[in-house]
Amino acid sequence: MSDKKEELIALIRQASDEVTEIANSTPFGVNIKTESLLSVCELLYKNPAAYFDMLSCITGIDNGVEAGTMEVIYHLYSIPLNQSIALKVILPRDNPEVESVSSIWKSANWLEREVCDMFGINFKNHPDLRRILMPADWKGYPLRKDYKHEEYYRNIKIEY
Amino acid sequence: MSGEPTPLFFQILFFFLGGVLFVASALLVSRLIRPNRPNKQKLTSYESGETPQGNAWIQFNLRFYVLALVFILFEVEVVFLFPWSVVFANKELIAETNGAWGWFAFVEMLIFIFILVLGLAYTWKMGHLDWIKSSPDIKDVESPVPDSLYADLNEKYKHHKVNMP
Amino acid sequence: MKGLLDQQFEHGGVIITKVDDLLNWSRLSSLFPMTFGLACCAIEFMSTGSTVYDMDRFGMVPRASPRQSDVMIVSGTVTFKMADRIKQLYEQMSEPRYVISMGSCSNCGGPYWQHGYHVVKGVDRIIPVDVYVPGCPPRPEALLGGILKLHEKIRNESRMKPAAIEQLIEKESHV
Repeated sequence: MSDKKEELIALIRQASDEVTEIANSTPFGVNIKTESLLSVCELLYKNPAAYFDMLSCITGIDNGVEAGTMEVIYHLYSIPLNQSIALKVILPRDNPEVESVSSIWKSANWLEREVCDMFGINFKNHPDLRRILMPADWKGYPLRKDYKHEEYYRNIKIEY
Repeated sequence: MSGEPTPLFFQILFFFLGGVLFVASALLVSRLIRPNRPNKQKLTSYESGETPQGNAWIQFNLRFYVLALVFILFEVEVVFLFPWSVVFANKELIAETNGAWGWFAFVEMLIFIFILVLGLAYTWKMGHLDWIKSSPDIKDVESPVPDSLYADLNEKYKHHKVNMP
Repeated sequence: MKGLLDQQFEHGGVIITKVDDLLNWSRLSSLFPMTFGLACCAIEFMSTGSTVYDMDRFGMVPRASPRQSDVMIVSGTVTFKMADRIKQLYEQMSEPRYVISMGSCSNCGGPYWQHGYHVVKGVDRIIPVDVYVPGCPPRPEALLGGILKLHEKIRNESRMKPAAIEQLIEKESHV
């Protein structure tokens, strides 16, 4: 099992620098550089050793105001080869931006809309980036650690 | 002026007026009694709670019109059959002509129906009676994974059974 | 011209009482609910309509359109995104109309009262509610109990002018 991991890490190193394995992660997870996200994803999608044809989930994490970072985690699964991998990208909290992978996997369209709605992370070159869960004119990004809701939304009191 | 036909017309007239009056009085009483509180939001069209967008005039499919047209034609044919059937079995006429009337009327109607059957065969052959359903437009996805890998996976799990407790 | 059932009468006590009885009985015997299932309470609502707890014996036949329904049973969590639509649908119902709030979420925000940024804390912030049915979700018998409470409320309606209340208000304001 671990040689499979080594193979995948070697593969990812072809497309990105600063590739480190995340300790104690299930499935097997890798930190990569933000700028090389698109090339890594394309490599993992097309390479016969990897064939990650399914993007299961995109998770957003807010590490708080003091830490000053946000993370986006891409969970990939390969249906023919039955293997999973998680790619983690670390972004600065002030203006979080990352490339959209919806050109590779169509499911990323809505998954990225959700992460943008909840955290305010901008996905560049996304075909249709708008709020998906909250109403269209909602102010604020609810899952951020420093989120405070308004008093009223369209004359309906928000607080209990 | 003969007294017999006119009362029948009056009967029909009163019947018709009675029907109209029945419905009108029901609506009138309803209008007088019911609460009537219109407001702007209430008078909008219903669209599951959303604000209505677009026109209610949508494009109807042409096959409804074609089918209705074909129906009318054959309905008119049936309408012609009714008075013919009344005259066809007329005993006096058959007796007067020694049976020739019966045969003559029968063959005449067969010719009439045959001409219309030709028309029916034409519409049938040309596909005007087909109710065509549109097939879904499935796009092909260009995947780098060869189909054989997916086929292998399907083979592997073909007889897979889940153990239910 | 106001319809006869819209007006309030001062005289004619006996006739009005009998008419009231007839009207109220006919209204409560055939309350058509609008199918407004939002979340888990909708499943309980559906099972209230099923054979064991039968809603139909009370004359309640679910109607899909607000134009043809008498009571709106708000069953489920009310989110801010849904709030506009609820208001619109309530406005589109014709009088006499009633609202039953079913379950904790539509009564008061339910389990999302503290941290639910997307939940309206009670549907009565949007539309006027007649009966609240508590539970998470309320059992079908509880919903039927709520419906019977609504029947009681309808039975007490009257076409008479509330003269006693008006006199009381006048008296209080002069004191």
